[in-house]
Amino acid sequence: MLCHECNQREAVVYLTKIVNGQKTEMNLCEVCANEKGDMDFSFKPKSSLQNFLASFLNESGYAPVEKKATSPTKLQCSTCGLTFAQFRQVGRFGCSDCYHSFGDENLQPLFRRMHGSISHVGKVPQSIGGATKINRDISELREKLQELIQQEEYEKAAEIRDKIRSLEQELEEKGEEVNGEE
Amino acid sequence: MVKNNIGSFLSHWMDGLGPYPEVVISSRIRLARNIKGLPFPYFASDSQKQKVQQSISEVLENCGESNGLSLIKMEDLDPLVKEVMMEKHLISPLLTQDDHKCAVCLSKEEETSIMINEEDHLRIQSFLPGLQLEKAWEEADYYDNIVERNLEYSFHERYGYLTSCPTNVGTGLRASIMLHLPGLIITKQLNQVLSALSQIGLAVRGLYGEGAEVVGNLVQISNQITLGQSEEEIIQNLYNVTKQVIEQENTARQFLLNKNREKIEDRSRRALGVLKYAYLISWQEAMQLISDVRMGFEMGFISGIDRRMLNELLIIIRPACLQMVAGQELEVNERDLERAKQVRKKLKNVSM
Repeated sequence: MLCHECNQREAVVYLTKIVNGQKTEMNLCEVCANEKGDMDFSFKPKSSLQNFLASFLNESGYAPVEKKATSPTKLQCSTCGLTFAQFRQVGRFGCSDCYHSFGDENLQPLFRRMHGSISHVGKVPQSIGGATKINRDISELREKLQELIQQEEYEKAAEIRDKIRSLEQELEEKGEEVNGEE
Repeated sequence: MVKNNIGSFLSHWMDGLGPYPEVVISSRIRLARNIKGLPFPYFASDSQKQKVQQSISEVLENCGESNGLSLIKMEDLDPLVKEVMMEKHLISPLLTQDDHKCAVCLSKEEETSIMINEEDHLRIQSFLPGLQLEKAWEEADYYDNIVERNLEYSFHERYGYLTSCPTNVGTGLRASIMLHLPGLIITKQLNQVLSALSQIGLAVRGLYGEGAEVVGNLVQISNQITLGQSEEEIIQNLYNVTKQVIEQENTARQFLLNKNREKIEDRSRRALGVLKYAYLISWQEAMQLISDVRMGFEMGFISGIDRRMLNELLIIIRPACLQMVAGQELEVNERDLERAKQVRKKLKNVSM
């Protein structure tokens, strides 16, 4: 059946309107039905992403947290005022301090479900990344050192060892502790 | 600046150049970044958003001269122009809805678009034709470094770049590829390929349309994971997968050529015929026909056309672009008329 409005497209919406006992029936295509604006037929769940995130957040993985004195839903970010309950609802952080305020014990299970990981290994801004980057370089070099030793490439291994030493020294000068590998 | 955009709907990503242009339409990299000490846009006051806009635009304008970036405030734009920019994928739908203190910085060829006060303070986007993820990453990285030198980002020792949405935390990087997959769709293999991809942390969806629906045989693949993988790993992973999908698509096309050559040639010739002469055409129908013509072009049945023209067609048949060309608002029926007119005009000199 063709749409009553445009007479071109297939009618997919069958509309029965009763106003003051007066009944009118119309068969419309989706486009015209939307155009008429009587009802919104283009079903677009506005918060599909939020719902999706919320489903992540509300999974039962929080059982151990509930034992704590403060229920996580009562947590609130002191900087922007967003509560953990609101975060669960909208699926968005309010500010970067929320990442501290809501606590690792609440966020890490979420990150793990979403990304399968809880630690960033990519780019680090140069300005703040000095120590972080050196730490990461050191652990990469240590891995390489192990490999070289296993392959009995002692000369190359010595070079790497010296590099590690100089990086460690650099870190000490920055007043940072050398973090061990995880 | 904005006027220039109206004259032509072409952006660099539509060039039809780059590696594997027979399957890959474009590659896109997007970085999400936030400035330290200010709430994310959803939760920021007007004056805070103003501050973000001001400081970012200062940085970009200082470097912009040499890079040819120009800043456009969303508030200054006509709603229709915003829609056109969205149809060209230069800005996100979000920016067309709430434009308060939002802006975008565009490069001349429109391969870089930097959105300010979208969901995050900064969305650096780089868009290139063909399979060029690495180059797109370099471009985005370049602008990221410029901003970083001047402003301090929200960065967490463990979680990386902090973003408004937890799905972006870490690298803040979303890499995506736009693919034309008629072979896999005609041979009904697409679902198989797609379900395999979703198992390895990649998201696949139709470029347009909701849910599982694919319009015009165009599909987008992108990474889901942003935490625990480096930028290089994410990009390499997507690149490898894309290469495999290209291979499968080409195998499917070869199969069709061997088994159903006449049918496929007939299909693409008919499609060109309808596009060249139709008087009314809906968006969905046009999308399907453009795909059929593209397939015919890639298989060597149709000449006198090029990929740039096919890509441009994808954009000019969108509602806002049609209304921009027509210079007035158009009802749905009028759009079908204008759409057919513009397509006929574009394909006037194409013959088989």
